[in-house]
Amino acid sequence: MGTLCLIIVLAPLVGALLAGLFGRQIGRAGAHWVTSGAVGLSFLLSALVFWRIVVGDAPTYNENLYTWLSTGGIDFHVGFLVDELSATMMVVVTFVSWMVHIYTIGYMHEDPGYQRFFSYISLFTFSMLMLVMSNNFLQLFFGWEAVGLVSYLLIGFWFTRDTAIYANLKAFLVNRVGDFGFLLGIACVLMYFGSLDYQSVFAAAPAHADTTISIIDGHEWSLLTVICLLLFVGAMGKSAQWPLHVWLPDSMEGPTPISALIHAATMVTAGIFMVARMSPLFEMSTTALSVVLIIGAITAFFMGLLGLVQNDIKRVVAYSTLSQLGYMTVALGASAYAAAIFHLFTHAFFKALLFLAAGSVIIGMHHEQDMRKMGGLKRYMPVTYWTSLIGSLALIGFPGFAGFFSKDAIIEAVHLSHIPGSGIAYAAVLSGVFVTALYSFRLVFLVFHGEERMDHHTKEHLHESPKVVTVPLIALAVPSVLAGALFVGAMLFGDYFGGSIVVSAEHDVLGELGHHYHGVFGMITHGLLQPPFWLAMGGVFAAWYCYMKRPDIPRRAAESMSLVYRILLDKYGFDRFNDWFFAGGARSAGRALWRGGDVALIDGLIVNGSARAIGWWAGIIRHVQSGYLYHYAFAMILGLLLLLGLFVHGVIA
Amino acid sequence: MFEQIVFYCFAGMLIFAGSMVITVRNPVHAALFLVLAFFSSAGLWLLLEAEFLAIALVLVYVGAVMVLFLFVVMMLDINLAALREGFARYFPVAALVAIVMMVAVGTVVGRANFGLDKVAAPTPRPSDYGNTTELGRALYGEYIWPFEIAAVVLLVAIIAAIALTLRTTRQTKAPKPERQVLVRREDRVRLVKVDAERQS
Amino acid sequence: MLALADFLIIGAILFCLSVAGIFINRKNVIVLLMCIELMLLSVNMNFIAFSHFNGDVAGQVFVFFILTVAAAEAAIGLAILVVLFRNRNSINVEDLDLMKG
Repeated sequence: MGTLCLIIVLAPLVGALLAGLFGRQIGRAGAHWVTSGAVGLSFLLSALVFWRIVVGDAPTYNENLYTWLSTGGIDFHVGFLVDELSATMMVVVTFVSWMVHIYTIGYMHEDPGYQRFFSYISLFTFSMLMLVMSNNFLQLFFGWEAVGLVSYLLIGFWFTRDTAIYANLKAFLVNRVGDFGFLLGIACVLMYFGSLDYQSVFAAAPAHADTTISIIDGHEWSLLTVICLLLFVGAMGKSAQWPLHVWLPDSMEGPTPISALIHAATMVTAGIFMVARMSPLFEMSTTALSVVLIIGAITAFFMGLLGLVQNDIKRVVAYSTLSQLGYMTVALGASAYAAAIFHLFTHAFFKALLFLAAGSVIIGMHHEQDMRKMGGLKRYMPVTYWTSLIGSLALIGFPGFAGFFSKDAIIEAVHLSHIPGSGIAYAAVLSGVFVTALYSFRLVFLVFHGEERMDHHTKEHLHESPKVVTVPLIALAVPSVLAGALFVGAMLFGDYFGGSIVVSAEHDVLGELGHHYHGVFGMITHGLLQPPFWLAMGGVFAAWYCYMKRPDIPRRAAESMSLVYRILLDKYGFDRFNDWFFAGGARSAGRALWRGGDVALIDGLIVNGSARAIGWWAGIIRHVQSGYLYHYAFAMILGLLLLLGLFVHGVIA
Repeated sequence: MFEQIVFYCFAGMLIFAGSMVITVRNPVHAALFLVLAFFSSAGLWLLLEAEFLAIALVLVYVGAVMVLFLFVVMMLDINLAALREGFARYFPVAALVAIVMMVAVGTVVGRANFGLDKVAAPTPRPSDYGNTTELGRALYGEYIWPFEIAAVVLLVAIIAAIALTLRTTRQTKAPKPERQVLVRREDRVRLVKVDAERQS
Repeated sequence: MLALADFLIIGAILFCLSVAGIFINRKNVIVLLMCIELMLLSVNMNFIAFSHFNGDVAGQVFVFFILTVAAAEAAIGLAILVVLFRNRNSINVEDLDLMKG
């Protein structure tokens, strides 16, 4: 098992190194063969591990393979923890990554940075695997930072574009904020638990249930709440939760495969995964769960609204990702960890599908991303149309599709939850369903239906994308339909996750939900009668009415509610606020420190000031230095006499 | 009693020679009085049973160093009148400093602190005692490394003396610090603007 | 009987004489060097006196080293003097005022 894990993790790394360092030698074909092969191998072995752990009865694998460093009585290990949770993540990550590798062969066909790109995405797969398979906080943090790094590299892949550089810097900085909290959380764990190993920390957690710490004098906080909130700050950065969500839409500056791989399916789910992994800690703190719930609800609803006003096809999908990540976070907050992972699992498939479909559209449109210049593409790109329709149906939670099972479970779980904030969260996720349906089908109708608004030249060259693009689309469409129905019973209500997720009895909403579960078809028929379904249908209908039947309505709505519309276009002003407050503030503070601290204080007073003081003093004292030897000798003799006098009179012994 | 007579003879001679060294007009005479001072000290050292050093002082100083002094004094063409300038003017100051210092030191090292009652006179050594043997044992035993270093110091002195007085006008590649500090930034650094990447 | 103090007083007198000599002969570098030799001699005197009265040969070892260093110093000092005279045609201390910044 250890060897197996090592191969799974190291194969993409080897691929990345080969493609990255020897890209010139192995050539373009060599680069895509070696990286796709490596990730494919990882996927097959992950599937084997999944089979053994989840389907078979293999025990959870938890071993330290290598001691990286041992200091102060604390050992830092490199080790793997493979249980049901990480096995699921491994399969998702490697599968989506593999699909993206194949898709990239077509998408990046003409790009000069072909080998570099493959190297990055393989490196990303390696980092993500390190993250999900780690058995201690340090390795988790390594993977966490590594995916951040690769994300930075990939968003700025076209590094000659100013916007890309801006976007990757922004992503990096915003993630930094989250990572700082995360690091503090890990430090807190190390400080109070004296270990970074998951098993020992989780085992010791109940003993610390009543421990309090006081960061500010006189205020006692529960230790576990503080730890969980700090860890969740990290999750907020990586999983783009409000208010650290601002980097995700901008990250669409990267090539589309990246948007699919990182910003939809894998990296952004790291935060969700982490919270699920830390469930034994989060379960001890209702406060932390409430915060998670509220943050998730805010993200789910308000980020969805932004999707309504975007015209860039990739940005619509990006905001939809934000919204869906909000749903997962809500599920985490409601202690429905299994539902969150399940949604993550289904979402990975259909969101990657949607992104790749968007990419396919973009290829067909000659890198035109504005939806106002598309329309009627159904005729020219049938495969892309049908697959993205499947993706959209899955996204809005149409009964039977993958998204239905996971999203419905989340909504029901929130409904059953009793922790503070669950009422607001329920309202948010429920109305989010309508918004999701509206923007998803707005996209479908604007792009694939209606009149053809593209220019003549583009229209002549419109055709379906090549096989390397469409095959991954179809390959992702299949699980987008089936993954939900196949796994819902086991993952949500069965004993799928075993001991890898801990839910305390008073929070066990999924267990309660399980009493009403009577098979897949029962759930579908039940879903048809529930408000989420009708809300979704209402959204689809509204989209059809507004964008097919009466295209003038959105414009008039925008005019009549110009304030709301402007706020939405402005993304609630977060970017502007960040630019003004944090970036501008940092610049002003930097300038003030430069002028006041550096120029005036350090340069002026300390450096030049001390030099000037010495110069002034030396100007006086220099007259003593006449250059005549006998003056010096005289001074020495006087000194000698003085010392002698002191000595004789016993002043100095 | 005999010892005291010898002591006072040599001490008087030593003080007389020392006074003459600092007051005579002619440096050659000064050097010769210095020789006398060394001789007298050597006598005093014999009283203190430091035979080896007494002989060494005579051999090394009188034989070599003083000859060197004389040699230099005679070799250089010195304007004696100019060098005597201000002699009378500085004499009172010098006498004052010397007396003050003498009183100060004298109170410390006088009989009150180092008299016979404080430090007893050692018993005279037997006649077969060899000061040279003792010193040799110390130098080649306990003090072997300082001794070797002293040898190196002498070697350095030889080389330095030769190097200083060697008169050559060679074309050397040695750096000239006075020229180096005059270099300005513009002489050495040229800023060239280069595009970050080649335009394709 | 001769006491340690007698020898120390002789050393002190010799030292004060040489200090006075440095004052008086401030123009003549050669005599200055001679005065320094006298100073060293007075120090040596002290060393040997202490060595004798304490019955410890270490003092004489020190004198030995001082003699060595003094010889080296005299050689180098005189060499400097010769070079100086060559360059400036004078050994007047008044002319030597380069030892300042």
